Amino acid sequence: MNTKYKLDYLDQLESESIHIFREVAGQFERPALLFSGGKDSITLVHLALKAFKPGKFPFPLIHIDTGHNFPEVIAFRDALAKQIGEKLIVRKVEDTIKRQGLKESNGKFASRNALQTYTLLETIEEFELDCCIGGARRDEEKARSKERIFSVRDDFGQWDPKLQRPELWNLYNGKINKGENVRAFPISNWTELDIWNYIKRENIELPSIYFTHNREVIHVQNQILATNEFVKIEADDKITFENVRYRTVGDMTCTAAVASEAHSIDDIINEISASKTSERGETRIDDRISEAAMEDRKKLGYF
Amino acid sequence: MDILRFITAGNVDDGKSTLIGRLLYDSKSILIDQIEAIEKASKFKDNGVLDLALITDGLRAEREQGITIDVAYKYFSTPKRKFIIADAPGHIQYTRNMITGASNSQLIILLVDARTGITEQTKRHTFIASLLKIPQIVVAINKLDLVNFDESIYKSIEKEFNELGKKLNLNEVTFIPISALNGDNIVDFSTNMPWYKGPTLLDFLETVNIQENENLETSRFPIQYIIRPQTTELHDYRGYAGKITSGIFKKGDKIKIYPSEIEATISTIEVNLKEVDEAFAPQSAVIQLDKDIDISRGDLIVNLNRQPQFSNELEVQVCWMHQKALQVGSKYLIQNQTNRVKAIVKSIEYLVDINTFEKEIESTEVQLNQIAKIKIKTATPIAYDSYSNLQAQGGIIFIDETSNVTVGAGILE
Repeated sequence: MNTKYKLDYLDQLESESIHIFREVAGQFERPALLFSGGKDSITLVHLALKAFKPGKFPFPLIHIDTGHNFPEVIAFRDALAKQIGEKLIVRKVEDTIKRQGLKESNGKFASRNALQTYTLLETIEEFELDCCIGGARRDEEKARSKERIFSVRDDFGQWDPKLQRPELWNLYNGKINKGENVRAFPISNWTELDIWNYIKRENIELPSIYFTHNREVIHVQNQILATNEFVKIEADDKITFENVRYRTVGDMTCTAAVASEAHSIDDIINEISASKTSERGETRIDDRISEAAMEDRKKLGYF
Repeated sequence: MDILRFITAGNVDDGKSTLIGRLLYDSKSILIDQIEAIEKASKFKDNGVLDLALITDGLRAEREQGITIDVAYKYFSTPKRKFIIADAPGHIQYTRNMITGASNSQLIILLVDARTGITEQTKRHTFIASLLKIPQIVVAINKLDLVNFDESIYKSIEKEFNELGKKLNLNEVTFIPISALNGDNIVDFSTNMPWYKGPTLLDFLETVNIQENENLETSRFPIQYIIRPQTTELHDYRGYAGKITSGIFKKGDKIKIYPSEIEATISTIEVNLKEVDEAFAPQSAVIQLDKDIDISRGDLIVNLNRQPQFSNELEVQVCWMHQKALQVGSKYLIQNQTNRVKAIVKSIEYLVDINTFEKEIESTEVQLNQIAKIKIKTATPIAYDSYSNLQAQGGIIFIDETSNVTVGAGILE
């Protein structure tokens, strides 16, 4: 066996992802890349640069903005789009709520996570998108572990896990009828640790909240939540300042921080390698609503 | 570090999901919150024992029925290797999903229940493994705790399987006696089976040789996408983007393009935005040629020393995956790498009897989950290799033109 012609696991994953990006570009008329400014979608952008440079991306970046984002992430999102010179479209959940008269959830965590689906589906219709590229990973969550690389959604954006298309070898079938769309997931086979090792190897820049910083927080249901205008502070909430960082970046209402002293990517890799808790389990309050929370959201059209 | 992709297969209730749960649990690859979640769910079951199958059965309907409907992909690693597991359904109704998982696997673990021995579904999955040429086969004889860890039962199943294997010309087969429920010989050696001297399942998975890039001589590059920046400074740049499916391409190589059969020379090769002297499978690359030729998605670049077959009449072994049967005269789109063409079924040569592996001649249709050899004719000739020579170039899918669904998997001869 000639080791000269052997690829390291990160190279294997990277090559597979680039292949998926190019399949999207080759098979669809109007794709878009869903870009939130989190580490997974930043990795997607990095892979897309490798897939299409020196050409332009054959799709715009789209952010479905819940309005509950970390300001550091939004600033990063805008700066990155500008730096690479690609088009960024932002559609706000706020506007959908007004237009469709949607009811926001109440309570301590007034999360707009579920409402994001409405805006996504509106945006798909507005731009007549036939494919949305997303940064979902199969290791994140049990419903996601069932996801195809090319996942077909019906006219209503719905996912039917019982009727997924067989997906053989590296042959992807993106043929759909008008009105349907495909969600494509180039980093399906990456784990959280793979993403971090890749970010390190490729020297990819990230929003500052991934690294430790001192922040005003409250403790809710064993989780650390940053205080912010979207979370109701009640009388028995104890406000403290702590050194924390974010393991995932989602809405400020439902994304928890972790206690951390990790200043560098190496520190983060060490921390995750030693962690006994999964990324979503540690940080996503919205996944705890029921055992099938993610599956139920996905069936309705969530990415 | 390298990656081993493997699949578990077998009958419903042979314990596939439990095995994966055990593998992850005993190798300390499950995290606390995930264990808490299954503990919580296990309490609602009758016996109160931790139900490891809940780790992989991720869908509501799967947990309700206690069966696996679709493939779940699971990831874990040890200091020696990374693993991607395709946990596939055993139910005959979901054979298409089993084939989906199997098509990307370098190894298959066939679970056999020691009490029932080899069943029709074991044979079906073994046949699919041989058809797809999965390089490594592990027969995990499970539930030995329920037969008093009796060596003679293990031996008789081994013997029966070996006879089966001879009929199919199987590659290497490894047998391991296990109890997935209790963890015997999964990660830790079992003290209950002193007669077994081989490796534990995890030992085997960590050390088994993975063959990759074995075919370095036959170079194939299917075109996925053309990169044309059309800027002032890159006015004439025209890069052919794709993933090398086998072999090596070097700068200066003389190549041939199919279907036009025009020859040209490689002027540059880029991998990850950097110019390189050579690129090899499975790298994604961008190739530029020394002259302007009309090349588009679906075309195939090959090296001159080994030419593919080029024909519009193909013989295909097909696994049918849809309720609407394949019939003589039916038309489909077939996809071979990036190339899609229309095809018509000319004849059904034979169906395979999954129990005996005998050929049944006379049939006018191929029904769901049946395996058959057929002849098809394509609208234009396609360049391909036989699956036995070059797997990446010899696999095709059948797409129904009205529903757009993938209805069959084909292996070119």
